[in-house]
Amino acid sequence: MPRIKVPRKSTAIDMTAMCDVAFLLLTFFILTAKPKVEDPVAVDMPKSATEQTLPETGVAILTVGKGKVFFTIDGPENRKQTLLQMGTKYSIGFTPSEVKQFQNLDNVGVPMQQLKQYLAMDAEQRKAVVNAGRGIPTDSVSNELYNWVHEARVVEKNLTNKELLFSIKGDGNEEYPTMQRIIAILQKQKVNKFSLITTLRAK
Amino acid sequence: MAELDTSGGGGKKGGKVRSKKQSTRVDLTAMVDLAFLLVTFFMLTTTLNKPKAMDLAMPDKDDKNTQEPIAASRTMTVLLGSGNKLEWFVGEPGVTPPTIGDYSKNDKGIRKVLIEQSQKVKSTTGKDMFVIVKPSEKSVYKNVVDVLDELHITNNMSFAIVDISPVEIGLLKRDNLF
Repeated sequence: MPRIKVPRKSTAIDMTAMCDVAFLLLTFFILTAKPKVEDPVAVDMPKSATEQTLPETGVAILTVGKGKVFFTIDGPENRKQTLLQMGTKYSIGFTPSEVKQFQNLDNVGVPMQQLKQYLAMDAEQRKAVVNAGRGIPTDSVSNELYNWVHEARVVEKNLTNKELLFSIKGDGNEEYPTMQRIIAILQKQKVNKFSLITTLRAK
Repeated sequence: MAELDTSGGGGKKGGKVRSKKQSTRVDLTAMVDLAFLLVTFFMLTTTLNKPKAMDLAMPDKDDKNTQEPIAASRTMTVLLGSGNKLEWFVGEPGVTPPTIGDYSKNDKGIRKVLIEQSQKVKSTTGKDMFVIVKPSEKSVYKNVVDVLDELHITNNMSFAIVDISPVEIGLLKRDNLF
C-alpha cells in the first residue's frame, strides 16, 4: 500500500529581504548618529535623577573643567556668524578658509588673539595649546566669554528668531567660584534661566 | 529573488557536455545577524545616550521690586561647605544654630532633612518652605547639583541659589567646614 508522501520542504528561508531591511536600518542609524564630541578637558559630570533631555538644537554649551571654560556653538551657520561678529568686535579679519576651519571646531577655548594661529594648527598642536592655555578669558579685564555669549545670542536671534538656550556642562569636582563667575557672566546679560547637564542616576 | 536561473538551457538531448553550474544562493543568516547587531548598537547609543539637563532659574539680580519678603520662619538655608558637608538651619543666620549634615540618604542626609522640615513648616505656617542654597567658595559644583537634585526629588520647588554672606562663612568656619 503506497503511503502518501508529504514532500519535505527545505528549512532554509530566503534571507534577502531581511538582510535588505537590516542594512537599510543600519545605514539610517549610522547616518543619523552624531559623532561624540570630545571634551577638551576631562569632565566628570555630576549625577542627578533628572530625566529631562537636552534639546538637540538651539543650545550653546559651556564646558567647565580645571578652571577653564570652553564654548560650543551649535550649527555651522551660527558658528560662522558668531565668529565674524567677534572678529569685528576685536578687529580681527578671518579668511574664508579660517571660517571653514572654525565651523569644524567643536569648541572655542582660546583667547581671541590666539584664535587665528589656533585655527592654522593641526589636531595635535591644538590639543597642546588647549592643555597649556587657560580657556576663554573670563576675568573682568578681558571678559571674552561675555562677548562670545552675547554674540551667539544675537546671531541665534537673527537667524531663528528664538532665544538661545544655555547649558553648563561642568566637572563635578570643579570649585564653586568658577561656576559662580560663569553664572554671573550669564546673569549680567539677563540670562537667568539655563540648564545643568548631568548624567542619570537612579533615585 | 536574488537567485540566478541555474537550470540548464532546456531538455535538449545530445547537446554539449556542460559543466555543472553551482548554485549562487548564499546563506545570508550570518550577515543578517551581524546587521541587526549593529542596528541595535547604533539605536541604543543614539537614543539612549542623550544628555540629561536640569533646568535652573536664578533670581534676577537687578529686579529688586518684585521680590516679596518671605518670613524667616519658613525659610531654610543650606550652607555648602568643604569636604562634602553642609550645614542647614531654619530662620535667620546667627539666631538659629545650624545643624551639620551631608548629601547621603541616611538620617543626617539632606533628603531626610528636607522632607522633615518642609512638613514641619507646612504644619506650622500652612505655606510651602522656601529653601535658600548658599554654596561657599570651598564647595564644589557637584554639591550644588546634589542639593538641587534632592530639592527636585523631595518636591521643594521654591528655592534659590544665593551668594553666601560673611556671617554664614563664619558659621562654616566655626565648624571647620570652610
